[in-house]
Amino acid sequence: MNALGTTEPRMTSAPKPVRSGWQTALIRPETMTFVLLIIGVIGASMLSPFFLDINYILRSFTLSAEIAIVALVLTMVIIAGEIDLSAASNMALSACLFAFAQQAGLPMPLAIGVGLLAGLAMGGFNALMVVGLQLPSIIVTIGTLIAYRGLAQVIAGDKSIRVPDWFIGINNQMILGIPLPVILFVLIAIVLGLVLSATIYGRQIYQVGTNETAARHAGIRSKRIKVGLFLLLGLVSAIAGLMTASRLGSVRYDIALGGELQMVLMAMLGGTYIFGGRGSILGTFLAAWLLVIVSTGMTVANLLPAIQLTVLGILLIVAIIATNFIYSRAQR
Amino acid sequence: MNALRNILMRREAGIFVMIVLFCLAVGIAKPQFLTTNSLRIILLLVPLIMIGAMGQMLVLVARHVDLSIGSILGLSAMVTGMMFRYHPEIWWPLGFAVSIGTGALLGLFNGTLVTVFKLPSIIVTLGTLNLFRGLTYIISNAKQIDRQYVPSALKAMSQTSPIFGIPWIIIIAFSVALATYYFVMHTRVGRQIYALGSNPVAAPLRGIDVTRVTLLVFTISGALSGLAGIMYASRWGFVNPSNTGAGFEFQVIAAVVIGGVSINGGVGTVLGTVLGVLLLGCLSSALPLLGIPGTTQNAIYGSVIIIALIIDRTVRRQGIASIARRQA
Repeated sequence: MNALGTTEPRMTSAPKPVRSGWQTALIRPETMTFVLLIIGVIGASMLSPFFLDINYILRSFTLSAEIAIVALVLTMVIIAGEIDLSAASNMALSACLFAFAQQAGLPMPLAIGVGLLAGLAMGGFNALMVVGLQLPSIIVTIGTLIAYRGLAQVIAGDKSIRVPDWFIGINNQMILGIPLPVILFVLIAIVLGLVLSATIYGRQIYQVGTNETAARHAGIRSKRIKVGLFLLLGLVSAIAGLMTASRLGSVRYDIALGGELQMVLMAMLGGTYIFGGRGSILGTFLAAWLLVIVSTGMTVANLLPAIQLTVLGILLIVAIIATNFIYSRAQR
Repeated sequence: MNALRNILMRREAGIFVMIVLFCLAVGIAKPQFLTTNSLRIILLLVPLIMIGAMGQMLVLVARHVDLSIGSILGLSAMVTGMMFRYHPEIWWPLGFAVSIGTGALLGLFNGTLVTVFKLPSIIVTLGTLNLFRGLTYIISNAKQIDRQYVPSALKAMSQTSPIFGIPWIIIIAFSVALATYYFVMHTRVGRQIYALGSNPVAAPLRGIDVTRVTLLVFTISGALSGLAGIMYASRWGFVNPSNTGAGFEFQVIAAVVIGGVSINGGVGTVLGTVLGVLLLGCLSSALPLLGIPGTTQNAIYGSVIIIALIIDRTVRRQGIASIARRQA
């Protein structure tokens, strides 16, 4: 992150009065996300009454659930002061390897194992480059973004590979009337949120992202933490890739194409600080819902996918400007 | 003796040797690769990448990155194409001014976000990459600019030549490279880009206007992508809202990184970048000859970036080690 980022905005040096509890809560970026989410729901429901139907929103969410799950782990990576743009390509390559393995006659559990191992290996490769060789994660993961997607293209070509019938339809699996991908997303968010905020490991992630040198001097194994995060991101990307394969019923190399924008956008909208050290799982959790409402709203309003891209691009820029502004003002 | 050794020790020599070895290897397998005709094919592949690479080199030297160049290329080409379509009476060379101007404005927009709001360039340009691409759809109403609207004089620039049978677009590309060489080696601002990239903290202390230099590199990168935009229209004869310029940033970053421009800023030469572009051109034109399907292109670009990064890293380590030895 350090290599290509601009310098961090300076904190104002003048001492400020201590804010009371509710003021601190108000100024948190998560609050902004929550307010935006409510505005989004109200706006969308004016567009179409469907948005007041929780089932409709849940159904729409299953379309982005995989990417949202990866965004949760990506949030932790960004908090640790690194970034990974290759996660969406990782989803495609591990799904392609899985589909290829099962088409080649491997039994399903083994094929799934191949997919997950591939994801882990890709995360491990990123970690090797970033932590081992000390290369900036931005450029490394641009490289692996192209390379992983390219390998998926080599394996699958322009064809789509079908997956077995029983594997299809994770989005139609309901538990208590809630689609399984949504449940997975919520569960993973709760677990990661607890890890990040209530465990030593989680707090160390913040310290590494705030000041890695200081963290190392304080005895935190920053390298081990970063390697762990990249591996986790790789594994979760592979799981997300398999979920996408199950939802679509077939695998193509362009699964989750451009997904890195949505992932980064979810993290940024949720108030994760791009220079590391700040952010929360709760923010990304809320931002994922916000983004789903916005993109479903745009689809309902019959906007061209390209215009939706424009909106997402603008949102990303506005989100980082707003987050940077909040953090440079807030005393935390 | 020492001078020769210095030349051989340079990064550019390594890339040059790689190009020669690669061409010889392909030439042994497929003799038709070593003909003037295939040289022509390679040279026609590279002008757009070369022009984009000059801009990207400046951005990388200043310790930033510009991912939006492909979308800038697409949007400027579309603006120019729409001018040709709705105002065919306009003198066609004005298209260059329009395309370059559009690109420069978009680049300035990137630069403003990076400098004024102090945002990391990677995230800003990831956003504008999508923003500009979407705008291309919006202004064009998702319709392509077809062949008949592109002035034939413009299309002819990719075929006809003023001298030695070298088409215009190749001459333009190499002139841009020469101009960039002059700019970075012999102007004050050009040197300031290197100073800024080598040490962003020290640069303002030495009186360098960081905001101005940063704005400048993004504007140049945008303007050159705009130039590449109208040359796309010349080379292919159409402008498509979804294809034109898509993936351009990856090819350009691959070429620049192969050319030895350091991602840590402050290091990079025009000669190295040109050689990097040529190596990439040789690679892309050799693949179909060797019967390797086009689907492998992306995998190769990606791997090439990663390999170049590792080489860059090892070279830098050795450089530091040798300095340490000399001082000991």
